[in-house]
Amino acid sequence: MDQLIVIGAGPAGLAAAVSARAVGRPVVLFDSSDYLGGQYWRHLPPERPARRESVLHHGWERFQSMREQLEADPRCEVVTGAHVWAIDHGRIHVMVGEADGTDREARVYDAGAVVLATGAFDRALPIPGWDLPGVFTAGGAQALAKGERVRVGERVVVAGTGPFLLPVAASLVRSGSTVVGVYEASRASRLVRHWTARPWELLATPHKVLELAGYASSHIGHRIPYVTGHAVTAIEGRDRVESVTISAVDGSWRPIAGSERSVAVDAVCLGHGFTPRLELAIAAGCRLSAERFVEVDDEQRTSVASVFAAGEITGIGGVDLALVEGALAGHLAAGGRLHDPAVRMLRLRRGVLRQFARRLARAHAIGENWTTWLTDETIVCRCEEVSFASLCSAATTTRSSGLRSLKLLTRAGLGACQGRVCGRTVEGILGARTPQGRLSGPRTTDRRPIAAPIRLGELARQGERTTSTKQRP
Amino acid sequence: MTARLVPEANDPIAPRAATPITITVNGEPVDGVLGQTLAGVLLASDILAWRSTSFGDRPRGAFCGIGVCFDCLVIVNGQRDVRACQRRAASGDAVVFHRDAPLGPSGDR
Ligand SMILES: Cc1cc2nc3c(=O)[nH]c(=O)nc-3n(C[C@H](O)[C@H](O)[C@H](O)COP(=O)(O)OP(=O)(O)OC[C@H]3O[C@@H](n4cnc5c(N)ncnc54)[C@H](O)[C@@H]3O)c2cc1C
Ligand code: FES
Repeated sequence: MDQLIVIGAGPAGLAAAVSARAVGRPVVLFDSSDYLGGQYWRHLPPERPARRESVLHHGWERFQSMREQLEADPRCEVVTGAHVWAIDHGRIHVMVGEADGTDREARVYDAGAVVLATGAFDRALPIPGWDLPGVFTAGGAQALAKGERVRVGERVVVAGTGPFLLPVAASLVRSGSTVVGVYEASRASRLVRHWTARPWELLATPHKVLELAGYASSHIGHRIPYVTGHAVTAIEGRDRVESVTISAVDGSWRPIAGSERSVAVDAVCLGHGFTPRLELAIAAGCRLSAERFVEVDDEQRTSVASVFAAGEITGIGGVDLALVEGALAGHLAAGGRLHDPAVRMLRLRRGVLRQFARRLARAHAIGENWTTWLTDETIVCRCEEVSFASLCSAATTTRSSGLRSLKLLTRAGLGACQGRVCGRTVEGILGARTPQGRLSGPRTTDRRPIAAPIRLGELARQGERTTSTKQRP
Repeated sequence: MTARLVPEANDPIAPRAATPITITVNGEPVDGVLGQTLAGVLLASDILAWRSTSFGDRPRGAFCGIGVCFDCLVIVNGQRDVRACQRRAASGDAVVFHRDAPLGPSGDR
């Protein structure tokens, strides 16, 4: 039987590989990291063993059992350090070796059936001073705590929106930092409205509610102030973070004049939700949803019949939803049937977890007036150092409302990260300020034909070896 | 004080002894342990910034920690543009900070 290719070994990809193997299908599992687990189970490498690493994790035993099962299975090929950099014409291009290396092994696989499980990364909204050293994304701080045992600072502020801020604060405390506060920009009234709407839905996800309540009572309640309706609206320091300005914000996230307060900190963790890693799905030809995730049907199948998707590239829903979607995708992509009894339960659970995710998304939606905390000089595109004022003037002074030409004009989103960090923010800022009040032309922000960085030399060698097309050196 | 390694003695995860390594950073020796990324070694030694930007000449270090933002680029053993948060440190690695030449008027690098 043809092998199933699973890209991404986070919760979704691991679950997909396990359930595909249960159906008997051979699996190839790729992850660019040098170990399995994805963002959720980011852990210390084998060179740094610890007796009780599980204290940093939820569901650690489940992870270990999936990992052991797959690694011991001769019909599952686990390839770590596997940077999938392109999908084209039914072929998957992978560079295997160390990150950003020069001498990696180029491999090409036929994409018979594929499960995409590439996950998501933190979104951080620009704030004056957010380019100072000492500012991290919330997930970055989490990754450094779990994967390096590095604490990002001694006195840390966590700010943004969403329930993810809570585990980040908890990890910081467990790493010995003092968390001066968790500032949730959504106001309490909004949280209450969405959390208490249709309470019967919550009954189906009691452990999720308890998990959040657990963070609230153990850390947030006792040691860390959890403050709603407040945001970090400026970050100050000469060459590194020294203090932040915290302001009360209204329901649209506009800072309320006179509410500002300065707090001394040496690190800031920002999280305003997550952005899915869509480039491989787009390259494979998969249609995106209106909310700009990979669109999937009841079977986790994308608009391309042989390509399935699971986890946070299909919507932000946390680890439990990623696991359920992954299990479904793996089963069905491997040739399992939709009527199998195990699948019925998974589908029910998926429905419940998606409801929960929608509730969170509504409660923690980004306020439309957040840009009022920016100054003219605030850097929006960190790579190309494009300021808020230059974006605004490009949008208002040129006739063009096309994203592409505005990006070429300002260089926003064209730097090293290829708009991963600022892309959606730049779109929002430009769109609101063009004479038409919106952008025209295709939304190219998520499209990156080369999904993982490769060097020209490697590309040239790969060209010689595997295709007849001439590559430019 | 700022970023640094959680002290082993009171780390709740009870780490076992790790293998010490030494890398050089702009020629100066910096100690770390096997398994750390270059960003991990730098941050653990309270080095928070290791690159300066092309336009504003502003300091940058790690931001996303997971290979997405490209803020953490360093030169390692002569290789440019290596994401420090993604590359494991090996004993003897020679890390040099990127000091991008300011851009010309046309924006050429
Ligand atoms: C930095 C970070 C930390 C997080 N920490 C927590 C936490 O502590 N608690 C919590 O509840 N939630 C956390 N989250 C949320 C988390 O994203 C989800 O809960 C969960 O991990 C989603 O699972 P997934 O399988 O969809 O994706 P992920 O776990 O993101 O897994 C995707 C995997 O795909 C791989 N990948 C992506 N692109 C490629 C490519 N081109 N080639 C090869 N491999 C690729 C990645 O290396 C990654 O391992 C965190 C998110 C981030 C970004
Ligand atoms: S810190 Fe973002 S890529 Fe390394």
